[in-house]
Amino acid sequence: MTKDLLLPAPRDEGADAGGEPLLEVSGLTKHFPVKGGFPIRRTIGAVQAVDGIDLSVRVGESFGLVGESGCGKSTTGRLITRLMEPTAGTISYRGKDISRASRRELAPIRSEIQMIFQDPYSSLNPRQTVGKIISGPMEINGIEPPGGREKRVRELLEIVGLNPEHFNRFPHEFSGGQRQRIGVARALALEPKLIVADEPVSALDVSIQAQVVNLLQKVQRELGIAFLFIAHDLAIVRHFSQRVAVMYLGKIIEVGDRDSIYTRPRHPYTHALLSAVPEVSVAGEQAPARERIRLAGDVPSPIDPPSGCRFRTRCWKAQDKCATEEPPLVQLSGNRAGHLTACHFPEEPTTEAREEDIILDPALAALEEDTSKD
Amino acid sequence: MTTLTKEAGVPAPAGDGPLLSVRDLHVSFKTEDGVVRAVDGLSFDLERGRTLGIVGESGSGKSVTNLTVLGLHNPMFTTIEGEILLDGQELTTARESEMEKLRGNKVAMIFQDPLTALSPYYTVGRQIAEPYMKHTGASKKEAWNRAVEMLGKVGIPNPKARAGEYPHQFSGGMRQRAMIAMALVCDPDLLIADEPTTALDVTVQAQILDLLKDLQQEFGSGIIFITHDLGVIADMADDIMVMYAGSAVERGSVDSVLHAPEHPYTWGLLNSMPRLDSDPSIALTPIPGSPPSLLNPPSGCRFHPRCPFQDRVEGNRCVTERPLLGAGESACHLTPAQKRDIFVDEIKPRLG
Repeated sequence: MTKDLLLPAPRDEGADAGGEPLLEVSGLTKHFPVKGGFPIRRTIGAVQAVDGIDLSVRVGESFGLVGESGCGKSTTGRLITRLMEPTAGTISYRGKDISRASRRELAPIRSEIQMIFQDPYSSLNPRQTVGKIISGPMEINGIEPPGGREKRVRELLEIVGLNPEHFNRFPHEFSGGQRQRIGVARALALEPKLIVADEPVSALDVSIQAQVVNLLQKVQRELGIAFLFIAHDLAIVRHFSQRVAVMYLGKIIEVGDRDSIYTRPRHPYTHALLSAVPEVSVAGEQAPARERIRLAGDVPSPIDPPSGCRFRTRCWKAQDKCATEEPPLVQLSGNRAGHLTACHFPEEPTTEAREEDIILDPALAALEEDTSKD
Repeated sequence: MTTLTKEAGVPAPAGDGPLLSVRDLHVSFKTEDGVVRAVDGLSFDLERGRTLGIVGESGSGKSVTNLTVLGLHNPMFTTIEGEILLDGQELTTARESEMEKLRGNKVAMIFQDPLTALSPYYTVGRQIAEPYMKHTGASKKEAWNRAVEMLGKVGIPNPKARAGEYPHQFSGGMRQRAMIAMALVCDPDLLIADEPTTALDVTVQAQILDLLKDLQQEFGSGIIFITHDLGVIADMADDIMVMYAGSAVERGSVDSVLHAPEHPYTWGLLNSMPRLDSDPSIALTPIPGSPPSLLNPPSGCRFHPRCPFQDRVEGNRCVTERPLLGAGESACHLTPAQKRDIFVDEIKPRLG
């Protein structure tokens, strides 16, 4: 395996237009079979968890993946780390196709792609000491760092802000935030080039979340590790990522650099998502009012997703074309380079309030009509 | 949709006092490891038709307080001291039979996880109809119609058919709507919502929050809204109470607490949370350490081990003396001038 950790210095955000791709995913698809029938169970359908997505993560970049539950963001993370086998599509890491690679072929690459899990309680083995947990990856990969594994573990504990003396403690002796730090230390043990962080802070208390976010940011910037940051919290993704992709029902519907996505979104779903985030306005009255969009109902089932554009059943701009033709993920005129949107009838690139709120929920619309009449 | 009119027997509001008044509430649990003082000297009022947002981390005592209001703690292991007055009626000493008459009728609750709070064994319609039959004496048929009406009200499409379905046939957002319908079926004076949207997606959360706000206008209930998300509070509440380690550390209107917060813990919460309009190049400022164990809480101010400003209080008072919460203020030993200056000079710039 390559031992060189000479990675490019962290680039300033905005200057990320270039850069060598570390990971490239194209047409990635994962369908989970649905079995049923009696007496012989057979496949009667498929949960289309991820359905043909393309993305690329550059060296040292933090790439955010947002979406609601069931949109396939976690499955994407697991496919990229090859914890699951893709149904179709390719994953190439440093130009090498790893989507069908065997265990043996994968072994050297596995150490370069690590994962941080959501739940710090179930992702650490309760019967192993912290030292054992963190040195586990080194043992498996047969790595003998200079000065021994124990020294390296102590270093790692220090990097993630834990006391190196706690080497022999068990996970249950730590709080949730500290456990997540142990998870980070384990991910760092093999000096990875890419970390897939699947909702790394959503199980933590608000005051602890910031500690872990800052730690991850430090790791990303100082060690130049690329991150695929998967989360449902739009504000945290914005804080952490240089580029962001928005997923809906197994598809990427919009991708671009952070500012472009958060201030100039084009896809109606991105608009709806951003307008739904409850916000503390610190500026008070001076802040421009945000648009208000309230969708109706929940996300449809990925077993039987809508034809054409998958968002059309909840979209206020949907027309016949949306049902028949799937919109390609392309750069719309007026968008910055790298900002791609999959929509036939995109919205204006602003998040400010419109003349009339968009209320699609019938109960809400009825109630609000009543109150405005009074 | 037909209009909802409360059947005869609307209790006249008793006097002009607040709807709910909690005075010096202490709740402690006996456990194997010792006594956990989950709520320690909490006082607050809630006016009719207003929304009080309680914000705090896990273990701050926000849920315990509200389960106490509903009388849902096991008396075998719980010691409750202090007063809880609902419309002038004392609840801490009320008999179980009296509490039973209140629950689901005058006080209702919306739980965080609708899948565990709804029974998988009964249809949604039946679960909504049951409290209505119990509290109003309505017949089965009337109650069923009322359940269908309520389901329509909270935005469940085709309520007639859906009332006969089971909770597992509903999606997450729909289940939470059904919970709201169940809570509002008897037109309660007080509605306690304990993290009602935490388990939901953000677009569904926005629908449910707006629905609650609109329904409150129609039903005029007082709402206690518990959450850990300051954004949700800013959106929903009229007043905010910030809780830390079993007591309130800051209280006031939404505007005053969010735009001129006075307590270091509130500052910490605001500073540690990224927002959609904050400057992403400014690093978050986390609150150091982690919340204290309530088995053995810190002396003096409970926040002092994590407080970056305790050295600015003279005479080590943070460690020795517990600060008290006056009306509309914060429980902190810093002087009002210090609080103002620290917020303006040191906290606000970091909010981006």
